[in-house]
Amino acid sequence: MTDLTDLGIAAIRDGVRAGSFSAREVADAFIVAVSRAKPLNAFLVETPDHALAAARVADEARARGENLKPMAGVPIGMKDLFCTNGVATTAASHILEGFVPPYESTVSQNLWDAGAGMLGKLNMDQFAMGSSNETSAFGNVVSPWRRSDGGNAPLAPGGSSGGSSAAVAARLCPGATGTDTGGSIRQPAAFTGISGIKPTYGRCSRWGTIAFASSLDQAGPMARSVRDCAIMLEAMAGFDAKDATSLDLPVPGWEHGLNPSLAGKRVGIPREYRVDGMPEEIDTLWQQGIDRLTDAGAEIVEVSLPHTKYALPAYYIIAPAEASSNLARYDGVRYGLRDLPDGAGLQDMYAATRADGFGAEVQRRILIGTYVLSAGFYDAYYTQAQKVRALIARDFDRAWERCDLLLTPTAPSAAFALGEKSADPLAMYLNDVFTVPSSLAGLPAMSVPGGVDKQGLPLGLQIIGRALDEQGVLNAGLAIEERAGFAARPGAWW
Amino acid sequence: MTESSYRIQGATGEWEVVIGLEVHAQVTSNAKLFSGAATAFGAEPNSQVSLVDAAMPGMLPVPNRECIRQAVRTGMAIDATINRWSRFDRKNYFYADLPQGYQISQLYHPLVGEGHLDVAPDDKNPDATKRIGVERIHVEQDAGKLMHDQHPTRSYVDLNRSGVALMEIVSRPDMRSPGEAGAYLTKLRAILRYVGSCDGNMDQGSMRADVNVSVRRPGDELGTRTETKNVNSVRFVMAAIEHEAKRQVELIEGGGAVVQETRLFNPDTGATRSMRSKEDAHDYRYFPDPDLLPLELDEAFLDACRASLPELPDAKRARYEAAGIAAYAAGVLTAEVESARWFDALLGEGVEPVRAANWVTSELFGALNRLGVGIEASPVTPAKAAGLLALVADGTLSGSLAKQVFEAMLETGDNAAAIVEARGLKQTSDTGAIEAAIAEVLAKNPGQLEQYRGGKVALFGFFVGQTMKAMGGKANPGVVNEVLRKALG
Repeated sequence: MTDLTDLGIAAIRDGVRAGSFSAREVADAFIVAVSRAKPLNAFLVETPDHALAAARVADEARARGENLKPMAGVPIGMKDLFCTNGVATTAASHILEGFVPPYESTVSQNLWDAGAGMLGKLNMDQFAMGSSNETSAFGNVVSPWRRSDGGNAPLAPGGSSGGSSAAVAARLCPGATGTDTGGSIRQPAAFTGISGIKPTYGRCSRWGTIAFASSLDQAGPMARSVRDCAIMLEAMAGFDAKDATSLDLPVPGWEHGLNPSLAGKRVGIPREYRVDGMPEEIDTLWQQGIDRLTDAGAEIVEVSLPHTKYALPAYYIIAPAEASSNLARYDGVRYGLRDLPDGAGLQDMYAATRADGFGAEVQRRILIGTYVLSAGFYDAYYTQAQKVRALIARDFDRAWERCDLLLTPTAPSAAFALGEKSADPLAMYLNDVFTVPSSLAGLPAMSVPGGVDKQGLPLGLQIIGRALDEQGVLNAGLAIEERAGFAARPGAWW
Repeated sequence: MTESSYRIQGATGEWEVVIGLEVHAQVTSNAKLFSGAATAFGAEPNSQVSLVDAAMPGMLPVPNRECIRQAVRTGMAIDATINRWSRFDRKNYFYADLPQGYQISQLYHPLVGEGHLDVAPDDKNPDATKRIGVERIHVEQDAGKLMHDQHPTRSYVDLNRSGVALMEIVSRPDMRSPGEAGAYLTKLRAILRYVGSCDGNMDQGSMRADVNVSVRRPGDELGTRTETKNVNSVRFVMAAIEHEAKRQVELIEGGGAVVQETRLFNPDTGATRSMRSKEDAHDYRYFPDPDLLPLELDEAFLDACRASLPELPDAKRARYEAAGIAAYAAGVLTAEVESARWFDALLGEGVEPVRAANWVTSELFGALNRLGVGIEASPVTPAKAAGLLALVADGTLSGSLAKQVFEAMLETGDNAAAIVEARGLKQTSDTGAIEAAIAEVLAKNPGQLEQYRGGKVALFGFFVGQTMKAMGGKANPGVVNEVLRKALG
């Protein structure tokens, strides 16, 4: 029998149902894997009891001959942005150190309701701000991948869902939750050779998920196959009356609807995504993706998204603006860190708490956001950025007149080494160049592994779909997955 | 329409006062604006706080439909434009009573647009009205409350009010005297209470006003204004305006200039003092709240709001006046929703409106005043009052007997007929008995009779009084007058 930790979500679900192994055996296998992977620093908190309890429920239900829930017996990792009842939740920030929510986020609750269990809380970029996981207050995650040049430079797992990507790629869990504000599911998925989908804005409730930029934040699954993503997204999504931006729509049966044939579908290739200085390998990857979709029956059309170049600047105004306000609640008054210097008044307490509690990148974004919203600058920055956002959404609307899906690279490069970009925020922000436009437009988008670069590092392809067309996105992802035969995996060096 | 002649007499001449009011009215609803927490006044500190109100990580606001409905109904009650598309904005600032670090309000696209109120600054002359414009009504969250008296070195925070729905009702700078401002506030309060969108309890903070005051030479451009925050009674608003206008006049005449600033009113001294000036004003960094979608109201919702509006004070007063009730009495009866409701119930019993109005405004209000109870707690119900008035109307009771019966009703809560029966207070029109009593009175008072016949006709009242007394107050005064006139020749 194969190692249980090599199994994905569908295989575990089916194996538990069939009685090939027990949920307890699965949980044990992953708990051991997690406990042995400390060097990756992927988990901030380990919760073996949670995983075991869910496994027990699944095994007992099976013993009674009951129908098992959609994710019964599947242990997963939970990004530390999701509040989990009774389990420390910090968003990887010092300011929330020691915070234990007395409530459960809707997304995590939905997963538990579907029978999943939790192996632990996953490290991430602090408040989901970052593309390399280096902004975590609790040390960066190390990617399980190594370059084949023998240099063994520790690599970034991507961000902000870098704990999730590393854990899934390293077989510490078959699936993990991620959140995506400007690419935080897709870029780390691409960096680590796994799949991840950001659904249409509003599909997954934001209630109980620590906010970064409310108009952009969306939860989604990260797993090692498109089918696994479909199963997990079905469990996570759904209308929630507690989130005023939640979509009041039924959750489609995405797994059931999976179909790798793209006959009759047109796939657009946006010409503006061919950026200067993009590595040749990315171009090659993209062409392979085109060939694979053609092979799956799709017609390829070139399309234009003329405002693409304004997306990144607009994003880095809107997201920090919202963040500067969303993060005002971390003030030392009610929970989390409180720094109260001797003789300090209220303002001093705010200043000391926030200076000490927020990392440099979070502070940078709060400053940017505060600046762009301030009197005299608001129209020039925020209002203008919102206009750009509307134009970007219109670009996509026009593209949908000519095609059903878009295919692009997920990121402009393979994973970079830790420390390589952390001194240059602008270089770091450029990582999001392909993922940000669809975030601004609220569209479903996913990354699937397309191949590896010369150094053996995974590269991802991004598929973007119309609003609510997660099915189309998943199907195209499946078409690539079936043809790419991506079998590379990191060696377990840790 | 009237124009105010109110002027401040300065050392260098006359000054006109320009006043605008921003009234914060707590919306009557069981739950807060964006959370399900309760809103009852006077609860234990921090006992009415949801995760949303405490701004726990990941918590999200969801608009409370009832609060929106109440604000829309209020807008309709002042003939305002209802904006079918409105949006919530965040007003960002740090304070310990503001858990989110921002207040959710509506700066750019308020729920309610232009409306107006007609106010009568002189309540003796309710038809002399002035129209005061309302610029907008928006809905927003209230903040919590800091408590500085619980610990020698620490301040405590009570979040019970945090997130409670407020309507901010912003007037045009159309008022020109403390009296007009007082009349505006009183009228606004009455309308809110008629509509049921705010209980108007100013002493509990359910309604408070920010008072904008400036002065100018009559007819000049507007002067620089100050804003006196959180004034919580009609009387204090008027006092604050008076003080602030005089202060500004003295300042300008003394060669100074008014600084645009926020001020506080001290009810003990009747004076205002500076709180913060424009220079250290916050930059609130307003922007649309990304947690909330724009508010879009459909026709059915608006129709339901409109259909649920009660008859408002002006319409009610007009109806009363059309029924023959004097303008002043109609004004008094409609000033408070409780008395109007009580009086309507009385009219519903089929009583004659004019006499009923007179009785309510004199007898009933006097008695309630004496007892120190509101009309809603009146021991005499409209139905019982109607019983009393019916006995007067059919001649069973004289005015003075009616007073006695009413007193007994207040004490016992019994109905008028039962009291009349039990105490034998029925008025008599029996001319035989009355004639006998008069004969006796005249026989007993020969001196007065002589004087009367000698031309001192004012003594007629004396004989009436003596006759009534002799008959224990039960004689029909009309019959007494008639018989007495005959007897006196």
